[in-house]
Amino acid sequence: MRILIVGGGMGGTILANNLARRLATEMRNGKARLTILSASDRHMYQPGLLYLAFGRMTPDELYRDQASLLEPGIEFQVDPVEEFRLDKNEVKTKSGKTYGYDIIVIATGSRPSPQDIPGLAEHAEQFYTEESALKMFKRLREFQGGKVVIAMGVPHKCPMAPLEIVFMLHDYFKDRGIRDKVKLHYTYPIGRVHTLENVAKWAAPEMERLGITYETLFNLKEVDGGKKIIRSEEGGETDYDLLVTIPAHRGMEVIEKNGLGQRGWIPTHRHRLTMEGRDNVFVLGDTTNLPISKAGSTAHFEAETLGENIAAMVKLGTPVRDYDGKVFCFIEAGKDRATYAMFDYLNPPQPRPPTKVVHWFKLAYNQMYWATARGLL
Amino acid sequence: MGDGDVTRKVIDARGSFCPGPLMELIAAMKMVEVGDEIEVLSSDRGSSTDIPEWIHKVKHEHVGTEERNGVWHVLVKKTH
Repeated sequence: MRILIVGGGMGGTILANNLARRLATEMRNGKARLTILSASDRHMYQPGLLYLAFGRMTPDELYRDQASLLEPGIEFQVDPVEEFRLDKNEVKTKSGKTYGYDIIVIATGSRPSPQDIPGLAEHAEQFYTEESALKMFKRLREFQGGKVVIAMGVPHKCPMAPLEIVFMLHDYFKDRGIRDKVKLHYTYPIGRVHTLENVAKWAAPEMERLGITYETLFNLKEVDGGKKIIRSEEGGETDYDLLVTIPAHRGMEVIEKNGLGQRGWIPTHRHRLTMEGRDNVFVLGDTTNLPISKAGSTAHFEAETLGENIAAMVKLGTPVRDYDGKVFCFIEAGKDRATYAMFDYLNPPQPRPPTKVVHWFKLAYNQMYWATARGLL
Repeated sequence: MGDGDVTRKVIDARGSFCPGPLMELIAAMKMVEVGDEIEVLSSDRGSSTDIPEWIHKVKHEHVGTEERNGVWHVLVKKTH
């Protein structure tokens, strides 16, 4: 059984290690072969980008060698896929090689797409890439006062990021002694300050307590960098001195180019995680079109389900369980306190008030993540 | 509900807490053509009010809402 994983991010790496342990015997005796293809020889811990934007982590802390994270026996190639030939059960890569498979897992992730909004890429700060996070860090350090506006597009990965960024900005300017010179204004696409109702119920009074103004039903439409005004689909507008965005995202370009899904979102079965119409093509992580959070924990829990199922397909000929929609998200509520939201398709989250302990746990997890990537935690 | 000849995209957002049915609709609106319909399936009663609220604000058309077996079917049309 040839198992091919496309994508060396969180989901692909966790799945590869999970499978390598479950199928160790089959891999040793040649009954199973596991290959993972990635565009990079490095693995990035993406949640670290938020800390990078505030100077609380340095770039080197975000990366490990991909090969160092993988179990022995996994064939790893830095050779991104350029063509998916699903009818032939093969892919063609940048180097010109063709990889055949019996089972393929597409875990190519997603990317910020600020260029979809006129003026956004040129005039807004964001923290979804190393380069942009470092630029934002520099810009924050230079900022001496004025109106900071947070505005976003949908969908975006890390749905907690809008709240995290506004609360961390509050503490950042407070620590610099200029919070009284900064007006923080938060905008959000739906009719409350967060899509999770229980999170919004906590966050809105917290914003009021901290002197953060907010405007809901605000979907970013365009940025007028000359006048320093942003406009919404709903007909609203607001001025800014510093614009921080969580841009709308797309799946990777290769997914769009190969016609696998509009805007790079692959139609996926919500429980089986199969691509619609294809029983030997699985999809996990950001690149699914599932109505769940685009988050690392989603990829993590999906990978655990798929690991169990693909191993069962090798050993028993059939998958054994469904993905239940499980997601777990930390929510940083400032520089030294945090809470979390845990939910699935049936059970909404019930977040508790933020505490220092959960913040310390998040800081610890920033280091423990590498054990997760190795399929150990 | 709706015109049978019109292209209709269905978003099954049942059990979606985050990003939630309305956010899924907002994202989907970018992927359909003017004149297309989107039917959002939601297990959240709130969708029966918050989706039409947004649709009216951005001047698309709320075609109708039905509740069947605890699932709200909210049908909208992209008008511009």
